[in-house]
Amino acid sequence: MRIKTHPILSFEQKEEIVFTFEGKEVIGQKGDTIASALVNLGVDVFSYSIKLKRPRGFYCAIGNCASCKMIVNGKPNVKTCITKLEPHMDVKIQHDKGVYK
Amino acid sequence: MIEKDVLIIGGGPSGLCAASMLIESGLKVMIVDRGLSLGGQLVKQTHKFFGSKEQYAKTRGFDIAKILIDQVKDHGNLEVLQEATVLGLYKDKVATISYQNEYLKIKAKTIIVATGASEKFLAFENNDLPGIYGAGAVQTLMNQFGVKPADEIIMIGSGNIGLIVSYQLLQAGIKVKAVIEASSKIGGYKVHASKLRRLGVPIYTNKTIKKAIGTTRVEAAEIVSLDEKFNEIEGTSEIIKIDGICISVGLAPSYQLLDMVDAKLGYIPELGGTVALVDEKHMTTVDGIFSCGDSIGIEEASSAMMEGYLTGLYVSKYLNQDHSKYVELVRKYEESLALLRGGPFGSKTRKGLKDMKEMMADVR
Ligand SMILES: Cc1cc2nc3c(=O)[nH]c(=O)nc-3n(C[C@H](O)[C@H](O)[C@H](O)COP(=O)(O)OP(=O)(O)OC[C@H]3O[C@@H](n4cnc5c(N)ncnc54)[C@H](O)[C@@H]3O)c2cc1C
Ligand code: FES
Repeated sequence: MRIKTHPILSFEQKEEIVFTFEGKEVIGQKGDTIASALVNLGVDVFSYSIKLKRPRGFYCAIGNCASCKMIVNGKPNVKTCITKLEPHMDVKIQHDKGVYK
Repeated sequence: MIEKDVLIIGGGPSGLCAASMLIESGLKVMIVDRGLSLGGQLVKQTHKFFGSKEQYAKTRGFDIAKILIDQVKDHGNLEVLQEATVLGLYKDKVATISYQNEYLKIKAKTIIVATGASEKFLAFENNDLPGIYGAGAVQTLMNQFGVKPADEIIMIGSGNIGLIVSYQLLQAGIKVKAVIEASSKIGGYKVHASKLRRLGVPIYTNKTIKKAIGTTRVEAAEIVSLDEKFNEIEGTSEIIKIDGICISVGLAPSYQLLDMVDAKLGYIPELGGTVALVDEKHMTTVDGIFSCGDSIGIEEASSAMMEGYLTGLYVSKYLNQDHSKYVELVRKYEESLALLRGGPFGSKTRKGLKDMKEMMADVR
């Protein structure tokens, strides 16, 4: 959910960006990271742990922990908290170590 | 291969301040940062700073970031690579960087590692569920990107970051159900704690989180009371319904790149844990590789700035291209740092730096 009113900061409505998450078209905003756009959409699970397949959200938001890794445009292990959202990005939940093509 | 006089890894307050001194000295500098914008942790800090005018007291963190970026922006001697992560560092002062789906190699005469810190984690059952965040992550999401991480949250840890971020959560319209502190005393400044209490946020001491509850995301937290030896007191369990847990139990220096070049490390709890040892000119045990800011000891943004300025100056001397006001500026910034580290709140840092000096003497 976007913050609408804030005593110090102002968040003006920005240009919409259409991208796909798990095959469905969804909308983010210019200036978003992939992660911030997903959190706004109410997405909790970004990946599953490799062995026990436990759900992972994001933890640090500054590129330190890798729990936000996803498959972006076919490329695995993209840290979505430090990757700018671009129009038409194809974003998928990652279930394994990732395969590089 | 790109070649530079100085490569600065990290464009937070310390890296930016180092850069400003170096470009003024006429050196060719590159800053590499993996974030979406320069400024490091400052870009998400909405509160006003303490300190003196020199450290931009009474100015909000994100405004300080703008000032520091403007100081170096568009300068002919500075090249900035953003959304670029340094993956490897080598002793011959080459760094490998992942940038726009490519690997770049940069060779520099000197390197300054200003990579800041990462948040410490806490062990409890189900601590890996989505909806459990570091306090800094929540701050990034709401203050930098304007997105709410949750509707109702509890904060674990009552240090300054825990208290300040709790207040910022309230400002973003998120309910903070409680601040939980394991020790018997609130860790941060009293002013911050009183502000929260006035707004109806309870701060519980002698309590900790035992377990997070939920299946695909966190739905509640189990809280227990602790005795003076930090053992759980039976029968005190309490379930708090929330959709977010924020962990704020301290920061750990990001020394990993310095470890790759075999810089000597030391464990100094007062500085945040394992750090690379540096001498009085901020050089590590590897000739020509320097470090400053949170990556060699957790303090505050104001000290990170002063350390950055100093490291920039020291490196200008190391490269025999001293800043034109070297002596004057070194004195000024050393005095400011001493002032920031003076007083009762600086005692931890002073002890840590003393230990650092002794360890450094041992390895040399
Ligand atoms: C949640 C939180 C709250 C805080 N609150 C306060 C406060 O209220 N008041 C205060 O004074 N201080 C506060 N601090 C501390 C303050 O922000 C830091 O002391 C200060 O930012 C440290 O500056 P720095 O330049 O050393 O590191 P940082 O600001 O952390 O900057 C490090 C930079 O390095 C980059 N980086 C790291 N690794 C790599 C890599 N491998 N490749 C490329 N780039 C890399 C990062 O993207 C980042 O931009 C807080 C810190 C946190 C985490
Ligand atoms: S959330 Fe930690 S790396 Fe992205």
